[in-house]
Amino acid sequence: MLPKVPTPIPWQLALRTQGKAKLSPRVRVGVLALQGDFLEHRQALEALGVPVVEVRLPSDLEGIDALILPGGESTTMARLLDATGMRVPLVRRIQEGMPTWGTCAGMILLAKRLREDRPTPLGVMDIEVARNAFGRQVDSFEADLDIEGLSGGPFHAVFIRAPVLLSAGPGVHILARLPDGTPVAARQGAILATAFHPELTDDLRLHQWFLDMASTHRKE
Amino acid sequence: MQKGTWAVKVGLAQMLKGGVIMDVVTPEQAKIAEEAGAVAVMALERVPADIRAAGGVARMADPERILQIMEAVTIPVMAKCRIGHFVEAQVLEALGVDYIDESEVLTPADEQNHIWKHDFKVPFVCGARDLAEALRRIAEGAAMIRTKGEAGTGNVVEAVRHMRAIQAQIRKVQNMPDEELVGEAKQMGAPLELLMEVKRLGRLPVVNFAAGGIATPADAALMMWLGCDGVFVGSGIFKSSDPPRRAKAIVQAVTHYKNPEIIAQVSRGLGEPMPGIDVRTLKPEQLLAVRGW
Repeated sequence: MLPKVPTPIPWQLALRTQGKAKLSPRVRVGVLALQGDFLEHRQALEALGVPVVEVRLPSDLEGIDALILPGGESTTMARLLDATGMRVPLVRRIQEGMPTWGTCAGMILLAKRLREDRPTPLGVMDIEVARNAFGRQVDSFEADLDIEGLSGGPFHAVFIRAPVLLSAGPGVHILARLPDGTPVAARQGAILATAFHPELTDDLRLHQWFLDMASTHRKE
Repeated sequence: MQKGTWAVKVGLAQMLKGGVIMDVVTPEQAKIAEEAGAVAVMALERVPADIRAAGGVARMADPERILQIMEAVTIPVMAKCRIGHFVEAQVLEALGVDYIDESEVLTPADEQNHIWKHDFKVPFVCGARDLAEALRRIAEGAAMIRTKGEAGTGNVVEAVRHMRAIQAQIRKVQNMPDEELVGEAKQMGAPLELLMEVKRLGRLPVVNFAAGGIATPADAALMMWLGCDGVFVGSGIFKSSDPPRRAKAIVQAVTHYKNPEIIAQVSRGLGEPMPGIDVRTLKPEQLLAVRGW
């Protein structure tokens, strides 16, 4: 008998969520598209009815209201940010208050400090992060999380060679922890960081949450 | 908390998308690859061009070598085992590698069967020349596919052939009514259930990289245009005259594959690429891509 292939695979997401999309306020969201699972984020946002801009060059930052830094390899993304001259304008936009969400590698890039000596992060969020904090790929896992402020029950989270928050400054609010207390999601003003990958499942609540935050922020 | 699930196996491959996975044989080469922006390295004893030159039986690399490379970098480390050699795969899993490539570049250990990859916590990538081969590997548990190309030749023609074959077959399947899929599955030698999934998704149900013969930034960008999710570069980097520069250039070419100005810029003055082989001059027994069942 053939194995049943379970497929929580995001490129199905657009198919599954057809007709369920709730129209969000007009926020133009950029997804950093240098490397990683930017397509999965794009599909999640499009399923919520939001126009998406793939950001590869500094000029792509113009005209976006919010930005997602996707999962992928943080060392690769940091290298490409420098090669394209995007680091300085990107840091400036985030410091000026552009709502920004980093998932996994994206959270690593947001950090002020890393436990490791590479890559050089953007340094915009007052957190210290440890890369590959759970071990190698065989230690990657799925777990249900209670996320503060997110209604509708626990969030099924996928952690892949995931980072963790080692420490956070006074302006940072921890939103979710693993059962052992390890912090895996946090917010500082309009910056959101998650150690896991909401873009890999068909639960769109965190994307919706980020959009709501981004549109509220815009009105303010 | 569940480990080794299908979602985390496929998920790691999704994190590698839009990236370059580089073959390395020493910790120093692994560091050069990481510094250049590789998303992962493949730890080997010899690159395919040298395996081809050496002849004889090519086996899993020495665990000591693999551990040294794992120690040297923070990016994922992959390693190859022989087709069907599930004990080599168990050894690689015990070492803690992040992905196993059950690879035709090594000498097959079983000429009828591949490894039953669902039994492992570590994910596998397997080579394929066409849609049916890819779907058979996925049915066995491969969480990632790479088109085979012809490794160690520096000649992209076979990679192009295999990627075009898979994409053409996907387009064909998408246009078939369901009742024709049963006969098509039988004829292709592909599992029906997965063929139906391909029809629904319009792509392979796992991440698909290109491999085998990619030697220049333009080669890498060509494969991205043809529909792959990222590329493996084997001998192409460390058999060229300036590996660090070439590695960086190929990384940029994959990200900016739709931007010829950037590819032109990064391709300038890269030095000599690896020497190439006209695949038509190879004897049938020298072809690696035909290994796999």
